[in-house]
Amino acid sequence: MESTYIFLQHYWWFVISLLGSLLVFLLFVQGGNSLLFRLGKNETERSLLVNATGGKWEFTFTTLVTFGGAFFASFPLFYSTSFGGAYWLWMFILFGFVLQAVSYEFQSKLGNLLGKRTYQLFLVLNGVIGPVLLGCAVATFFNGSDFIVSKSNITDSRIPVISHWGNEWHGLDALTDPWNLMLGMAVFFLTRLLGNLYFIHIIQHKELTTRCRRQLPTDAIPFLLFFLAFVIRTLLKDGFSVEPDTGLIFMEPYKYFHNLTEIPVLLVLFLAGICGVLYGLFLGIFRQTSTHGFWFASGGTVLTVLALLLCAGYNHTAYYPSTTDLQSSLTLSNSCSSLFTLRIMAYISILIPFVVAYIAYVWRVMNRQPLSTDDIRNNQDKY
Amino acid sequence: MLDNLDAMTDWSRAQFALTAMYHWLFVPLTLGMAVIMGVMETRYVISGQDFWKRTARFWMRLFGINFAIGIATGLILEFQFGTNWSNYSWFVGDIFGAPLAIEGILAFFMEATFIAVMFFGWDKVSRKFHLASTWLTGLGATLSAWWILVANSWMQYPVGMTFNPETVRNEMVDFLAVAFSPVAVMKFLHTVLSSWIVGAVFVIGVSAWFLLKRREKEFALASMKIAAYTGLFASLLTLYSGDKSAYQVAQYQPMKLAAMEALYEGGTRQPLTLVGEWKIPAMLSFLATRNADGYVPGIRNILAGGHTAHNGAQALPATEKIARGKTAIAALSDFRQAQKDNDKEKMEKSRRTLEENIPYFGYGYIHNPEDLVPNVWLSFWTFRIMVGFGIYFIAFFALVLFLSRKKTLSEHRWLHRIALWSIPCAFIASQAGWVVSEVGRQPWAIQDMLPVNAAISDLTSGTVQSTFFIFLALFSVLFIAEIGIMIKAIQQGPEPEM
Repeated sequence: MESTYIFLQHYWWFVISLLGSLLVFLLFVQGGNSLLFRLGKNETERSLLVNATGGKWEFTFTTLVTFGGAFFASFPLFYSTSFGGAYWLWMFILFGFVLQAVSYEFQSKLGNLLGKRTYQLFLVLNGVIGPVLLGCAVATFFNGSDFIVSKSNITDSRIPVISHWGNEWHGLDALTDPWNLMLGMAVFFLTRLLGNLYFIHIIQHKELTTRCRRQLPTDAIPFLLFFLAFVIRTLLKDGFSVEPDTGLIFMEPYKYFHNLTEIPVLLVLFLAGICGVLYGLFLGIFRQTSTHGFWFASGGTVLTVLALLLCAGYNHTAYYPSTTDLQSSLTLSNSCSSLFTLRIMAYISILIPFVVAYIAYVWRVMNRQPLSTDDIRNNQDKY
Repeated sequence: MLDNLDAMTDWSRAQFALTAMYHWLFVPLTLGMAVIMGVMETRYVISGQDFWKRTARFWMRLFGINFAIGIATGLILEFQFGTNWSNYSWFVGDIFGAPLAIEGILAFFMEATFIAVMFFGWDKVSRKFHLASTWLTGLGATLSAWWILVANSWMQYPVGMTFNPETVRNEMVDFLAVAFSPVAVMKFLHTVLSSWIVGAVFVIGVSAWFLLKRREKEFALASMKIAAYTGLFASLLTLYSGDKSAYQVAQYQPMKLAAMEALYEGGTRQPLTLVGEWKIPAMLSFLATRNADGYVPGIRNILAGGHTAHNGAQALPATEKIARGKTAIAALSDFRQAQKDNDKEKMEKSRRTLEENIPYFGYGYIHNPEDLVPNVWLSFWTFRIMVGFGIYFIAFFALVLFLSRKKTLSEHRWLHRIALWSIPCAFIASQAGWVVSEVGRQPWAIQDMLPVNAAISDLTSGTVQSTFFIFLALFSVLFIAEIGIMIKAIQQGPEPEM
């Protein structure tokens, strides 16, 4: 295979992994929402919490959509197999995000039909199911799913479907694997930590932020337990390896551990990421005056998730393994777009730093002043 | 199994149509209001008058209510290509995915970033920065429309690709041909400009309500004037782009045109049917071929073949297209088998047969020639609804503008009532346009290449039926809530003067 093509496959897996890691970081919006009633003891406090994440939810939403679009463009066989097969899993994720999108805008408006509390409950619902189900979906990259791909089926003019799911649960079967749930719960508690640190970072309300700090250890302990259990098990288990010359897929002991050690950059990213998250938590829990824990934990999250996703696809690894038919597993080379499309998309991706730059600038401008109860009282545009 | 497949295809189509139609209730208003709000805020920045800030902020509030639900329905649409049209995603993902990804990277982030400044940044950024953010929000929405319409146009007029039997999919070979196909350019102009009409009618209608209630007269008249200018400009260009689009349909999708005109037997000097027996002699021939004596094939002519197609070749009968499609599919099967057996000679032979018949590949999945005919009744009437309202809106905007310039707009209460009732008409016209476009191209997911029954996912009809009704309930509740919020926000009116 042409070396440029191989490079572009890896480049696009990097872009997908980066978008995925940014998405997990931006799920701090969902994590914060899941704490709405736990932290907000009255309507003013809940309003502060909602408005703190209120100007940021579009980023999470947009990153999710772009993540999907980029996957479609660069690895269409994944889009076709996973979305069409794990139908219910993705549908529940989407339902949650639909509810979230309107809940911010509708909750405080007159005539909203369902009442403020219902929309706030929608936010909590999305805050729980979004991270848990997305975490479970990502875990299947390491644990596999029940599907078969046969491109020759397209020539059956009666039933020409190339990707078949192996059971009628259509994705909900991922929830029956405790190791998938383990990552789902780890992501859930991580997003709560990030949301909480963001509240500490942006809200000026002593009583509320004190409560936020007190909540941190409650979420940090289960996060660490679930995350470590998943990571240790993943590094010790057999992984889905690809023979580069033939494309044959086989099980390799300690595959993901090998991936980290054979590509030291991944190991460095992974460890640096974990340190970032831990330092962010340390600042949040033990340094009562520091409000910067959010940035360390967020940076750490991006690095850790990026390393994990790269580990799932790099070093001749099948990133979307099939437990039903090993040879149906999706790899970077058997599921990607053509060389031409990957190249064109790579040119387009040169604009990404420009997009990141204006987002960063606007974020900074909008977050220059902390959010206080006065802002909520005096601002007619609040949620 | 086949019954289930047919039912599943129908439910998947219904679900996609439901989501698209709900989505399209909100998007045109977003696109249209973005321009009008932008003009109002520009006047505020230039003049420094607080009146224009109040005016812009009122319409922005309505924009925000509409925007949220538009995003929610849009998310579902994108992912449905994968969830319900899995085969489609692989078969053309190499081409179709790129515009969606570019839309996300270039357009969605622009919208998401600057809309936050537009709503919450009045006291945090300078006036000019805020104005730029308002325009960039609108630009982001418009760029988003560009890329999704590029994708849609490609489905109606597939260009810039080649079929690769080794990967069993179509692959892009010319990005510029995809991104700037003439069909995409016209579709973009027609769709975005018609959305400006929806926005303009909405602003005029809501403003007219204030006049009927004898409230906020200055605000209402100023809003109506800007909206009428925008609407008239957009209407005239929509008429132009509509004519160009219909001409392209005549060239590339003659069956769709025949359905739009309920033309069963075509010929030369074909009249344009207005309604019933009201016809304009030779007008359809002129519009479709730019020649009053031009030949326009009807549905039966297209199925029978034998006439000269737009590219000068003789059109094949449907039965022969189906036969050649089946030959192409069989050749692909042979190619795959020969590839497995490493039989180079057979691979080459199969490849040649496939290449000869590839233009008819999709016909191989068609069971009967009659399946190639879209719903004529629906195509015919929705086309007339769209065009009828389009012509009405030109007159409507011209009248509003005329009275506005004569400074008597506030006196004509009959016109205010008409303006109010024109709001649903604008949405109906916009929806009708999409029905013409999408129903008229059935049974194709991609023209001549992939019919909807071969684009599906491996699901049961019960599964898709369940999600259809969940979406129906969810979107309906949210839509009712949105209407309720919108009405209350309108009743509250603009903020009081400082």
